[in-house]
Amino acid sequence: MSERPSSPERPVGPALAAEFGLSAEEYARAVKIMGRTPNLTELGIFSVMWSEHCSYKSSKNWLRKLPTTGPHVICGPGENAGVVDIGDGMAAIFKMESHNHPSFIEPYQGAATGVGGILRDVFTMGARPIANLNALRFGSPDHPKTRHLVAGVVAGIGGYGNCVGVPTVGGECNFHPSYNGNILVNAMTVGIAKKDKIFYSAASGPGNPVIYVGAKTGRDGIHGATMASAEFSEDAEAKRPTVQVGDPFTEKLLIEACLELMAGDTIVAIQDMGAAGLTSSSVEMAGKGGLGIALDLDQVPMREQGMTPYEIMLSESQERMLMVLQPGSEEKARAVFEKWELDFAKIGTITETGRLVLTMHGAVAADMPIEPLVTQAPLYERPVAKTPPWPALAAAAIEARDPFAALKTLIACPDLASKRWIWEQYDHLVMGRTVQRPGGDAAVVALPESQKALALTSDCTPRYCAADPERGGAQAVAESWRNITAVGGTPLAITDNMNFGNPERAEIMGQFAGCIAGMRAACLALDYPVVSGNVSLYNETNGTGILPTPVIGGVGILADASKSVGLALNSAGDTLLLIGETKGHLGCSLYLREVLGREDGAPPPVDLAAERRNGDFVRSEIAAGRVAACHDISDGGLLVAVAEMAMAGGLGAALALPAGIAPHGFLFGEDQARYVLATAAPDAVLAAAKAAGVPMLTLGRVGGDQLTLAGGNAISVKELLRLNEAWLPAYMAG
Amino acid sequence: MQSAIIVFPGSNREQDVVDALHRAAGKKPLKVWHRDSALPKCDLIVIPGGFSYGDYLRCGAMAANSPIMREVKAAASRGTPVLGICNGFQIITEAGLLPGALLTNKTLQFHCKSVTLRVENSQTVYTARYQTGQVIRVPVAHHDGNYFADDETLNRLEGEGRVAFRYCAPDGSLDEAHNANGSARAIAGIFNETKTVLGLMPHPEDATHPLQGSLDGVPFFAGLVEALA
Repeated sequence: MSERPSSPERPVGPALAAEFGLSAEEYARAVKIMGRTPNLTELGIFSVMWSEHCSYKSSKNWLRKLPTTGPHVICGPGENAGVVDIGDGMAAIFKMESHNHPSFIEPYQGAATGVGGILRDVFTMGARPIANLNALRFGSPDHPKTRHLVAGVVAGIGGYGNCVGVPTVGGECNFHPSYNGNILVNAMTVGIAKKDKIFYSAASGPGNPVIYVGAKTGRDGIHGATMASAEFSEDAEAKRPTVQVGDPFTEKLLIEACLELMAGDTIVAIQDMGAAGLTSSSVEMAGKGGLGIALDLDQVPMREQGMTPYEIMLSESQERMLMVLQPGSEEKARAVFEKWELDFAKIGTITETGRLVLTMHGAVAADMPIEPLVTQAPLYERPVAKTPPWPALAAAAIEARDPFAALKTLIACPDLASKRWIWEQYDHLVMGRTVQRPGGDAAVVALPESQKALALTSDCTPRYCAADPERGGAQAVAESWRNITAVGGTPLAITDNMNFGNPERAEIMGQFAGCIAGMRAACLALDYPVVSGNVSLYNETNGTGILPTPVIGGVGILADASKSVGLALNSAGDTLLLIGETKGHLGCSLYLREVLGREDGAPPPVDLAAERRNGDFVRSEIAAGRVAACHDISDGGLLVAVAEMAMAGGLGAALALPAGIAPHGFLFGEDQARYVLATAAPDAVLAAAKAAGVPMLTLGRVGGDQLTLAGGNAISVKELLRLNEAWLPAYMAG
Repeated sequence: MQSAIIVFPGSNREQDVVDALHRAAGKKPLKVWHRDSALPKCDLIVIPGGFSYGDYLRCGAMAANSPIMREVKAAASRGTPVLGICNGFQIITEAGLLPGALLTNKTLQFHCKSVTLRVENSQTVYTARYQTGQVIRVPVAHHDGNYFADDETLNRLEGEGRVAFRYCAPDGSLDEAHNANGSARAIAGIFNETKTVLGLMPHPEDATHPLQGSLDGVPFFAGLVEALA
């Protein structure tokens, strides 16, 4: 079926290597490893394996600092996804991954294939995907491209996720001019598997057959990993051919076929063909097993004629997997894939040589050692310039505006406006186990044949990370932990998606290092380890980077799904309580940015001991059944949190203002480690708070159809809802 | 009661309806793979939601022509109840078991949300546990649920009591705002002449457990089990 290519290969040398993204030094290292000049295919393999995207060459030394172990952790970073023990012989398997560059160039397919890729990372390990989330960052709403990018990304995520039948249950969406030229599309998948049925990628058993399954290989996505490892200039659109095209229907079949095969015992190792396609999957499988692999490229199912070894190895065509099977089990496996009408081809064998040997048309197309390709990948200690902290601001130095006028501005601003327009385009109910739907602190998904449920969230406050990376990194982890807690969940572990600018600039590495330090401290203090993650660097256009955005995908567990709480006020007469200490910290707040038009000040301090104490208290009160509604306080502060609770339940509240604190600091400060609770048993909660040493304040009472502040100010919940719901649909219709 | 759920490549809400029927009947439904050419003996056939064959052609058009559908049509003509939900509604409409067509939503977008429906005819095996005029709350999740038929067909459907459910406001009144997909006369589901075949876009199966936020789908399946036991 394949034909010999007619075009002659280009001469390999430092110039071509540079085009492929390899520095002169990296090229020299490749030549040394080979003991000769690599051919085009071999050079292509070096360039993708050593790309930032695949090798983590700028970030690895920093990522090592993150805590990755804990009593629940079954498998930390390094596999396709992280695995945590959720009891009853079951495991949760999850990861978040970016598809930033492709989504900017071609938003629908870029976002869709981002979802497809992360789903594969999870079901590759034997898990049935049960939930998707996504964290999106777009440029300023005023930027001419933003509307088109939002529409395309949302349609792409929905188009893929809805068709494969995995509910998209949560996420976040922010707007900031720093993302004008580099949007962020981070997709997360959570799956569940039996603890003793988890599949890994390390190959074993020389002589075992290497099997290709799924969709055919085409010319799409060639050099996608390299593209994702360079910054954009004006010609970003010219890179459209490096974006892959997704087919969610094939993915759905692939999920079912793989899970059906995994129920048996024929698979030795399995790996999806993600970034760098057949190259990274074959090299990683053989490399992890300390073995070699021989592939006959003529056997690779191809969509197009005349593909070269270079194109086959670098294609990022979607919906493909590579497996190593037990000898003699091929026919059994073939029957499963034929039932699902998917391609199934034996394309090679595991060998003892330690080499990657590719043949095509009877000739050797590449022959290279695997171990140095993996272990001698360049590793950089990039120069680091610490971010100078932004000076703190005192509330007294910040103008106070009418509270409800400010509230109206805040709940209608792009970051806080309802994202219903987005999540109603995602099927968040398929599978029938969505307990807490999008729009709350964390989504809750009940587990099949179990009382338990998982709580899921994604979080990051990039403006804090820009002002003080260490504080911002800690805050992102703390907010994730808090959101899981606010629905009644016990936080288990996180996946991180580190989105930053060009690591060759010392100030960007300063942001990276700072965020890692903060994340590390928070993960340790909250027993909330990192089990998987992804790094996306070079999010820059014409030398301007994005806000540092380390997105945290959090997973927690509830012993009883029916005990989870939402944020909606649902019972008139309930008492509203404020948990945690309020100093009125307005630096870096949304009040400052949206109401006063200032982006300055130090972000709120993160007291991890207080965070832990307050959160443990809230969780125990929810478990005791004393909490009717709960919401963490984050963007916009207390008044926004209460307004969100009122809007969700269609019920108002009357609030008191405490003495001794400036009202605008109290209402809009973004002090951390705080929650608002609604309860019918305030005395019992108060007594428990006192015993636990948790600061608590009675805020007011639930009831009526408006929010009122002591002193006579009032606003109707209907009006709040109208403002909160109006912005995004109106913007998208514009 | 024994029910059979037809599974096409791309079906994705089969488990939801399996769970709902299991809860209602106390007995697990059978799943029938689309390539099977024979149907098991059963009292109810369900075509579940999803994206059969990816719906890359017109929604439901490929599945409507698959071998198992010949058996489904034959069973329907013998009076076996056939329930098509969402993609299933699209499939049985494409297969000619029901009149009309499901067009793209008027917003051109996928909608996943809870909606309120008005029960239009409670004298059927599917709706016997509801009152005519009762308002129920169940989810929708579709991109192509905009029911269309010519006026003559619509008049006939209405005249023969074959409109099963309409999208309505929580008080049961009809208005544009609550007919989000733009369906003709706010129709959410219809019966065949004998009222043994029902196609509907909403998902009563996803409103049958306390954790799903509504139990308004329980009478739907309980009534079916009672009628077909």
